[in-house]
Amino acid sequence: MTAQSTSLSLRRPFSERVIETLLFLAASLGVVTTIGIVLVLALETYHFFEEINPVDFLTGTVWSASIKPYHWGVLALVSGTVLVAGIAMIVGVPLGLLSAVLLSEYASPRVRTVLKPILEVIAGIPTIVLGFFAINFLSPEILRPLIGEKNIGIFSALAGGIVVGVLITPLIASISEDAMRAVPRGMREGAYAMGATRFEVIRKVIFPAAVSGIMASIILAMSRAIGETMAVLLAVGQQPQFSFDPRDSVQTMTAFIAQISMGETAQGSIQFKSLFAVATVLFAVTLVLNLISSWVVRRFRTAY
Amino acid sequence: MSANATTIPSGTFNPSLARRKLTGTVFYGACIVAVGILLLTLFLLLYDVFRSGLPWLDVDFITGVPSRRVERAGLFPALIGSLEMGAMVGVMAFPIGVGAAIYLTEYARDSWVNRILQTNISNLAGVPSIIYGILGLALFVRALELGPTVFAGALTLTLLILPVVIIASIEALKAVPGNQREGAYALGATRWQMVRRSVLPAAAPGIMTGVILAMARAIGEAAPLLLIGAATFVTFTPAPFGTAYTVLPIQILGWAQLPNQDFHGLSAAAIIVILGVMLLLNGLAIVIRIRLSRHIQW
Repeated sequence: MTAQSTSLSLRRPFSERVIETLLFLAASLGVVTTIGIVLVLALETYHFFEEINPVDFLTGTVWSASIKPYHWGVLALVSGTVLVAGIAMIVGVPLGLLSAVLLSEYASPRVRTVLKPILEVIAGIPTIVLGFFAINFLSPEILRPLIGEKNIGIFSALAGGIVVGVLITPLIASISEDAMRAVPRGMREGAYAMGATRFEVIRKVIFPAAVSGIMASIILAMSRAIGETMAVLLAVGQQPQFSFDPRDSVQTMTAFIAQISMGETAQGSIQFKSLFAVATVLFAVTLVLNLISSWVVRRFRTAY
Repeated sequence: MSANATTIPSGTFNPSLARRKLTGTVFYGACIVAVGILLLTLFLLLYDVFRSGLPWLDVDFITGVPSRRVERAGLFPALIGSLEMGAMVGVMAFPIGVGAAIYLTEYARDSWVNRILQTNISNLAGVPSIIYGILGLALFVRALELGPTVFAGALTLTLLILPVVIIASIEALKAVPGNQREGAYALGATRWQMVRRSVLPAAAPGIMTGVILAMARAIGEAAPLLLIGAATFVTFTPAPFGTAYTVLPIQILGWAQLPNQDFHGLSAAAIIVILGVMLLLNGLAIVIRIRLSRHIQW
């Protein structure tokens, strides 16, 4: 230790304040990002609504952005999104919750150390890979022979929904498992002492105690399914239509944004502006879901 | 406690244990089936990818460039594009993400400004990735006039994965015990010296793991890049600031969308490559975690 480094001045050195300011700027970048997203979406959507009536946009059920006559009824894209996300939830929620129960309540530590990394591997697969799996295996080798070649094509909401369901499963499983493991041991043992079977402990003690985390995981997964792009783009096809038939090829909001940005669409054209209007709807829907999810956690959380 | 609640039901208690245990067994079976379906899906996915992709995977495929003739096509530009992208994202996201996490755990007081910062970060983690592409297009490509370059894409992906890096780093910092900080203060350290010498080394394994996994996510994520001008047919090695580039997921998409089935094989081969890159990064994360945590003991 040299003498000068042990200065006893109580004023914080200048360098300390510089560092704190820099760290604060890094933490504020997220707010700048949020403001940027909202500004860009609002501005460009305003330009779109200068040409298209917002009421027609929000209530129309026909969407035709590339073939005249143009129609801008966003419900055609919303229905496709809801259909795919709905199928994904039907697949992902039971798979995710049952895996969470197995990991948290039944599995031995050894089984856990094998299963947890496998779930993480599934979570880490790039989503384009699942889209490829849908058109290269799931559709041609399972769905089409099962449902009939005439009834379902290579591209369908069903194939897309199933693979999106697989990719949201790890999300549901890991958050729900954390919630279930957080239930104190004493509560389980109390229920066993009353003569409950293992299933009754899970259904009447663990599940109600963990319900805020479980609900939050499901809502987050729904938001993720709605925002998923690459898998859906490849598996579901590009046929915007107001349909709730899982065998149909539809188009989701995300796939439309992707399709317009990949094409030769001129910037400033009405097609290009419509991209921002669709993105605004997508952003609003996922934002509401995320807010509900954090509200559920705050409102229903029971701390032990 | 009311009198009603303690009334004893009349009649003999029938535990019907056999039926209750059967319900339990059925439920346990359902759990096993669910995990079985997941494992089967993972297996089928790998089987399908290797079946379609292995015949196309050779040195020429790795070092070649895309071609309209399927037997001559390769993915070198996409591989280099992805590696450049991952490296740039890592270099930018690491200091900003760790800095933000340090501010939020070590500096921030419980004020409304800081609560907004925290809430905002968790909300950003839920924004669909393609929305970041729209921000990147308006901000980096157009307003800052960077054009559709690897650099503009990397800036966009950095914003996308920052919440992931920040959340992972916060977890790692919070796991460092408080007496580690008090010890540093007791020796007369300033706040930054405490963070720099005492907390950061202890949190490093967790932070590095988070950063590397976030880089893997950036390499696998391509939706925003569709808006930042990633093309599917690039026949030269993309330069970081050059105008045309592609990355592995976009190349996979491009080949998979062609009507000629042979190109699906190329997609599958490219998937094997991208899964290999992911595996390497995950392995790297494990090695770094073990090496860095060697000297930590409490």
